[in-house]
Amino acid sequence: MELFDSLILLLDSTVRLTVPLLLACLAGLYSERAGIFDIGLEGKMLAGAFGAAVVAALTGSAWLGLFAGIGVSVAMALVHGVASITFRGNQIISGVAINFLAAGLTTLLGQTWFRQGGRTPQLNGDARFNGFDFPFADQLAEVPVVGSIYSELLSGHNVLVYAAFFAVPITYFVLFRTRFGLRLRASGENPKAVDTAGVNVNMMRFKAVLITGILCGIAGAYLSTGMSSGFVKDMTAGRGFIALAALIFAKWMPVPALYACLLFGFLSALGNFMQGAELPIIGEVPVQLVQALPYILTVVLLAGFIGKAVGPKAGGIPYVKER
Amino acid sequence: MTDKSQANEQRSSGTAVSQNAAPQLAIELAGINKHFGPVHANKDIDLKVTRGTVHGIVGENGAGKTTLMSILYGFYTAETGRIFVDGKEVTIKDSSHALELGIGMVHQHFMLVDNFTVLENVILGAEDDALLQPSLDKARKVLAQLARDYELEVDPDALIEDLSVGGQQRVEILKALYRGAEILILDEPTGVLTPSEADHLFKVLETLRKQGKTILLITHKLREIMAITDDVSVMRQGAMVKTLETKNTDPAELAELMVGRRVLLRVDKGPSNPGDVKLEVRDLVVKDDMDITRVKGINFEVRAGEIVGIAGVSGNGQSDMLEAITGMRKADSGQLIVKGKEVVIKGDDGAAKLRDMSVAHVPEDRQELGLVVTFEQWENAILGYQDDDKYGKGAFLSIPAAREEANRHIEKYDIRPANNRLKAANFSGGNQQKIVLAREMSRNPDVLVVGQPTRGVDIGAIEFIHNQIVAMRDAGKAVLLVSVELDEIRSLADRILVMFDGHIVGEADPATATEAELGLLMAGVSADNAPESDKREANNKESAK
Repeated sequence: MELFDSLILLLDSTVRLTVPLLLACLAGLYSERAGIFDIGLEGKMLAGAFGAAVVAALTGSAWLGLFAGIGVSVAMALVHGVASITFRGNQIISGVAINFLAAGLTTLLGQTWFRQGGRTPQLNGDARFNGFDFPFADQLAEVPVVGSIYSELLSGHNVLVYAAFFAVPITYFVLFRTRFGLRLRASGENPKAVDTAGVNVNMMRFKAVLITGILCGIAGAYLSTGMSSGFVKDMTAGRGFIALAALIFAKWMPVPALYACLLFGFLSALGNFMQGAELPIIGEVPVQLVQALPYILTVVLLAGFIGKAVGPKAGGIPYVKER
Repeated sequence: MTDKSQANEQRSSGTAVSQNAAPQLAIELAGINKHFGPVHANKDIDLKVTRGTVHGIVGENGAGKTTLMSILYGFYTAETGRIFVDGKEVTIKDSSHALELGIGMVHQHFMLVDNFTVLENVILGAEDDALLQPSLDKARKVLAQLARDYELEVDPDALIEDLSVGGQQRVEILKALYRGAEILILDEPTGVLTPSEADHLFKVLETLRKQGKTILLITHKLREIMAITDDVSVMRQGAMVKTLETKNTDPAELAELMVGRRVLLRVDKGPSNPGDVKLEVRDLVVKDDMDITRVKGINFEVRAGEIVGIAGVSGNGQSDMLEAITGMRKADSGQLIVKGKEVVIKGDDGAAKLRDMSVAHVPEDRQELGLVVTFEQWENAILGYQDDDKYGKGAFLSIPAAREEANRHIEKYDIRPANNRLKAANFSGGNQQKIVLAREMSRNPDVLVVGQPTRGVDIGAIEFIHNQIVAMRDAGKAVLLVSVELDEIRSLADRILVMFDGHIVGEADPATATEAELGLLMAGVSADNAPESDKREANNKESAK
């Protein structure tokens, strides 16, 4: 039974660690499906985390923090949009610039404003997104297996966690069941077909980039006001890139994206869980090795195990109408 | 429901018009102008298209047909000119506006999303609701109806990438009809089709015309014009040359109008003095990037001291043949023999290999293939020969040596301005061509292959270039000249070979052959002369019987 409890704890941790990956991955999904590569997920998430933490600290409201995080992230997404859609710049360079900008600005502003080495003040109470329990969670906790799954694994998370998982079916529906989704996907595959059908390609791409900004903002807010209690320098720690890897791994599909993010989330959780643990035969597992696992897996999977991952055909290419 | 009744209404009104004694104009264009940078793609174009007819627009590649149609479809905007649709003046802002006016276009390169289904492609941009399902259901019904009416059968749930080219084209037509197009523009529709698919397409077009639709057919294939159109307009070099009733014209006249009769430039040249065979082509078959066979087994030889001219309307396989002969493209089968030795091209170094065998190449498109236009003239002067020891040994380039070479070119070939530091892009067309010619000719090659030597070149430069080519011949070189300018071929060549649809359909003596004879050959009319029977023509003949 102890093993089972450990497993529940591990999975619970997986859920929490999956959320930022999943939100960022879906963010990238919208943008790349519309034909705009976005390597700046990391930067937008980081800026969003900072914005959310600052406003939450100043106002004491996690919700205002969330909106601030979204606002900051959307602003950066629009910079990427203007650079790569309006001015037809290189999407990779624009994305890299966003990452640098976010990393530099958050540290600089954090230090200037709060003088805590780039940290923002500790958030408490309503300034954080706190978990809430499902009905009867306490009572059912005693029921074997089902009870602990219900009260530990499913219940007790904050609202952003549920929102993130709920975003998966919504994304699927939007992309594959709506006019907006059809046009968005077509913009990433053959923008000329969209144009000749009388739809404004660049406007479609801007809308996609906007959604990317919103989702990255939520991911960032979750990091600083949900998972942690404040912003720490470079707190995204490469999650934006892992999310991109998950996106490719999932072949730009929403439901596989969920599985890919769960896998990477599980590996992160496992990394934390194994710290100092003794395994038979091997002995103590080096923490660094376990923490490196998600990255190693990414390389191995992308290098060959998932087969050919063909992204949207027009991805990365600015749309030019006149020849 | 509303859609069906609308379609019926449109159909009945269409029939009413076609029965009307005084035919109405579906489209009128007046004074259309469009530039792309320095290229004047459409010059003062006037065009009148009668409703309920099939109106052909012919012209060579680059004559401005596609540009004109793209203006009509709202994809480009004209700089000047007026457009009337159904007698009303309109300003077509974009494609969706053109669609509202009932103009649909089937593009040469299909505007389809490969990994979408047929239904998704059909409704893209014409969805009724925010949710797709109702539109998909409606499109399924409409498509079934259209399939019955016009023999346009396509599996609505198939992915585009799984359809044949003909099937994809049917989807494009369905897309336009689904949007209620009354005027349908087809841009080179048969270029990618198999003969039976093309026959099917013509049947569909016939039905569409009977239902009162107006069809604009852009093509450079005269046979198609003769077979299906009511009227035909000829375009040449961006200008509208003439509009004729199809029944009052013939392919020879059209070919002449397309190619154009220019003032025959006299070239002083004595009789040729052919020597050994320097270049020989046996059963050459070449496919293009889209895997379409463009050269269908041709044979010829070029001797030292003669100019062999390949005539033909552009797009009949000349470019692909040139690419194969100069090593830029791997031939599908057949032999290329240079100075008695067979050349086998394996990798990407074919062009260099032939250069090493003293085959010089002046490519058709100087800006794309002949020059690096952002490089200075001295750099272009040694391009392709930059590894020669003349210009420095090992990894280093001797810039003084290269500049000297460049100055020799400037002097001998009268390249203006005489400045080797000027970028190639800043020279005029004629001088750009001279830069290429100078580079290739000054190597003293045994074989010179020249494509469209005077395209877009002013009269003065034309004369100079022609004289240089004759001088090469008189120096005992074998010269292969490919040109769509019939006059150029007639005044330069010692023997003329005519290419049509990937075959050499005839040989003529420039001294005796008349323009009319050559025009007929270029139009593929006297197929009797064809060395191999063209399957497609044979099929057509059979079906005609």
